[in-house]
Parts: sequence; C-alpha cells; structure tokens
Amino acid sequence: MKKYLADWTVKENILLRPNYCLIKLGLDSEIPEMLPGQFVQVRIENSPSTFLRRPISIHFVDRRENEIRLLVQLLGEGTRQLAQIKPGDRLNLLYPLGNGFSLPEKNNLDFPVVESPENKPERLLIGGGVGIAPLLYLGFKLSLSGCKPVFLLGAKRKDDLLQLAEFEKYGKVYTTTEDGSYGEKGFVTQHSVLRTGKFDFIYTCGPKPMMQAVAKYARKAAIPCEVSLENTMACGIGACLCCVEKTKKGNICVCTEGPVFNSNQLTWQI
Amino acid sequence: MADLSINIGKLSFRNPVLTASGTFGYGLEYADFIDLSGLGGIVVKGTTLHPREGNDYPRMAETPSGMLNAVGLQNKGADWFTNVIYPTIKDLDTNIIVNVSGSTVEDYVTCAEQMDTLAKIPAIELNISCPNVKQGGMAFGTSCKSAAEVVKAVRKVYHKTLIVKLSPNVTDITEIARTVEAEGADAVSLINTLLGMAIDAEKRKPVLSTVTGGLSGPCIKPVALRMVYQTSKAIKIPIIGMGGIRNWKDAIEFILAGATAIQIGTYNFIDPRVSIKVIEGIHAYLERHGLQSVRELVGGLMV
Repeated sequence: MKKYLADWTVKENILLRPNYCLIKLGLDSEIPEMLPGQFVQVRIENSPSTFLRRPISIHFVDRRENEIRLLVQLLGEGTRQLAQIKPGDRLNLLYPLGNGFSLPEKNNLDFPVVESPENKPERLLIGGGVGIAPLLYLGFKLSLSGCKPVFLLGAKRKDDLLQLAEFEKYGKVYTTTEDGSYGEKGFVTQHSVLRTGKFDFIYTCGPKPMMQAVAKYARKAAIPCEVSLENTMACGIGACLCCVEKTKKGNICVCTEGPVFNSNQLTWQI
Repeated sequence: MADLSINIGKLSFRNPVLTASGTFGYGLEYADFIDLSGLGGIVVKGTTLHPREGNDYPRMAETPSGMLNAVGLQNKGADWFTNVIYPTIKDLDTNIIVNVSGSTVEDYVTCAEQMDTLAKIPAIELNISCPNVKQGGMAFGTSCKSAAEVVKAVRKVYHKTLIVKLSPNVTDITEIARTVEAEGADAVSLINTLLGMAIDAEKRKPVLSTVTGGLSGPCIKPVALRMVYQTSKAIKIPIIGMGGIRNWKDAIEFILAGATAIQIGTYNFIDPRVSIKVIEGIHAYLERHGLQSVRELVGGLMV
C-alpha cells in the first residue's frame, strides 16, 4: 500500500476527559484507502523532550467529511502537546501504516459472507483502555461486510470508557470496569457475554496482559483471534527494526508486518 | 548552477548527501516519500555473512533530541541480500553502499568478497563500530590493532571503494582513523552511535533489553562535529561525516569541519524527506555564497 506524508488540518480537538482527546483531521485532497487497524505517525512540534513521531491508531475514517479521527490518551509530553492543538493548526502525518485487521471479503474461503441477516456471523471486538481506538472503524467496516460486530470494552473505571455512543451505532456494546463503576465488574475476559455469545472471530486491542488473556480464551474456544500490538517504535515504516515482536517466524517489525497479528503467530506463553 | 558532485575513492557521487545505514532500510522503504535517484547514495542496512535475529525487544528508548537503539544488526545475511534484496535495488540510480559487519575477521572478509561480486554495489562501508553486538562490531573499532587486522584482511579481497565506519567510543578517534588509512581504506565515515543507556526509574530497570545502546540524533551532533574536525587534521583520505544532521545547516557545518560527504540517519524517522531538503539547502547555500562547487567548502572552517 502506498504511504503518504502530508500536513492535515485540525478541524476539531475535543478533550473527552482530562486525559483523552479526540482529534478530527481534514485533508485538502481525497483521503487514500485506509484499513481498520492501520495507524499514522504524528509529528509533534513544540515539545522539546519529544523527538520521535508518535504512532496513533486510526479511530475512524469519515469519507463524507473527508476526515480521520484520532483518539489519543494523554500520557507523556508528546501526547499532551497534541491536546493543545487547535482548529486550523496543521499536523504532519505519515500514513497509512501497518497491515490492519482481517475483513471477511479478504478471507472469503475461511469466513464466507452470509447474506441472511439472522445468520450474520457475530464477531467480537474486545478493547481495553485507549486500545478501543481502532475498533470503531473496524466495527464500521465489519458492519458493511456482512458481519455483526459486538463490542466488549473494558476500562479501569467509568471515566476511562470512551465513545460508547459511537460504538453503539454499529453493534451491541458490552462493558466492564475494574471498579464496577459501569457495566460488569472485573476484566473483559470475565464478562458474561463470553459465555453466552457465539462468535466466529475475535479482534482485540489494549494492554498486553488483557490481549494475552483474550488470546488464551480464543484459543480454548477455538476462535480465530487477531491482536493489535503497540510496541514502541521509531520510524514506523520498517527501516529501523526497533519495534520487533518475537514471532514463530523470528523477530519481525510491528510497524510493517503488524500491528495486527493472528495470536497464533506470536510466541506468547498463554 | 553550483556543482554538488564529489568523489570518494574511485567513486563519484552526484551530491554529498547519503542516507545512513540502519535508518533507511534498503532504500525502498522511503520510495513513497522521495525520489531515491536524487540522493548521493544510500548506505543500506548492516549486513552480516550469516543471518542474525538481533537483540530482544525493547530495542529503543527516546531521549531528548535523540534516541537509543539496540537493534543488534538484525538482518537475513549476505546470501539473502544478494538473492532477494539486490535484484530489487540494483537499478536504483544512486550509489548503493552495503554496510558490512561481522563477528570474526573471516566473516567480514567472506561477506566483503561476496559484495565485491555484485556489479551495482560500488562500495562497502565496513562497520567496525556497532555497539550493540556481543562479539565483533565495535570491538574491532576500538583498538588500532584489531581495526588494522580487519581492514587489512578486507582490503586484500575487496577491490572497490572501501569506507570504514568508525566508533566514537574511543579515547582518540584520530589514531583509529590513521590506522585504517594506513591499511588502505579509501575513506572513513564517522561517527557511529555513542554508547549510552536509559533507565526506567519507576520500574528500577533498564529500558533496553541489552541495558546499553547506541545514542543517535541531534544530541550527538557537537561530539560528531568535533571528531570529524579532529580526524580531518589527521588523515588525507575523505571523511563522510554524520551524527545528528537534520537540515542543510548541519550538513554545511560537517563539510566545513572537513567532511567531503555527509550521511543523514535518525532524522529520516522524523522527516522522511529530510535528505532531499538538505541537498536543496546545500545548493542554495553554495549559490548564496557564490561558490562553484561544494568541494571548495570541504574543511573550509576558518579557525
């Protein structure tokens, strides 16, 4: 897939919580194809301690508005700088990067698209914390391709659950919080929908221990599972080899051969 | 039109701007962003005789104005380079230089011999300065004796332009430079990364899996400039200067300090188009200063 380097215009920057912002970015030309699960490398200006670009997953692509949305957790100086940008500011992006989640039309043989609405296969999208970000666009794309996305979103507490109304546009949303302040109390892997639902595919993005627990569940249940990794990276385009993950094929770059991996490719001890 | 062309050994370059090994993949990674034929040259990823898995993750730590890496020469070996990569890059209209590394003198020699047979690889950069491998690498570049040994052995079998990449992690870089010049190197490139480390205070653990790693980026530029300056006083063969270059002004500084050419490394990650911008900037500088050729500027520092 061709990669681009361009300045985007900030259309809106909404502080969803004290530590999360939603940035809407517009482009002068038509936005090229972007796959759910892909990411952008954002250049950070005016932050002396931030040297490298910041990899941020694509939260949503709105073709009617010709905009993309980034959901950013404000963790360090670099991301905090992003919270300061204002409508009209320019943001330099490298995009679209990485491979993206598998969609059914690309896997016709393994996952046939079922036409009848009652028989639509259900796919479970499990997100934790800011790891929910790529799952919105994934859910949207799945809903267009003959699947029924079901979202299971977990967070530490109610305030860390984001964009729920957005997710509800494309599928049923289940939630957990560790402190029980919203949804079922506990971790996503303890949610009752895992016992009652019937899913033919699981996608997950979030903290590594969560994804490992999800991958373990998927393996036991014999459901294919894709995980999205967020190893620290420098270049984002496969040049520096810093972001490698140990896989059954050896060390490979998360930025080009990931960030999405089938959990079977990894050497996780689960 | 000011002339940007330069020569290193028998090799001519259309301009003095190359991309540094380990920061530019095999060149094609950047083909979506720049016209690769605009570059003076591309120094491709460090290649060893045998495949190497490299070090464990984490391999990178950001620092103010730079980064530490501990990749450890991950590459699929000289045969894979020859059979898989070479056919895809051999027709790029720029100088493709292979960075050759090894754990033993024999490995360096065999790898260099193999590169000597590749018609469209006009030069190698002998990496005796990688700080991230347990055996070989920097160990060869930190003593005159071992540097002499490996350069002498490679010089015997390698007939094209031989560039030796020097480590800054030495007491006196000019001694090593003199040694490799005496053993027949056509040029030296400097500096490789500076050995450093990063610590996670909360976890009370090192950030990198290897504890220490190589520091690069704008933070090392003053050290690199000083070493290029000192080395230029000590040897006659050309110097390819590098270390934290992020714009044309930095590049001109290295040329004034004595570098015939420069390499751009870490800043490719921040701006994939930086190399082309630097070339344009050097050109504009020459015009502004009424110079006919960039060669007039080499070592032109007025002290």
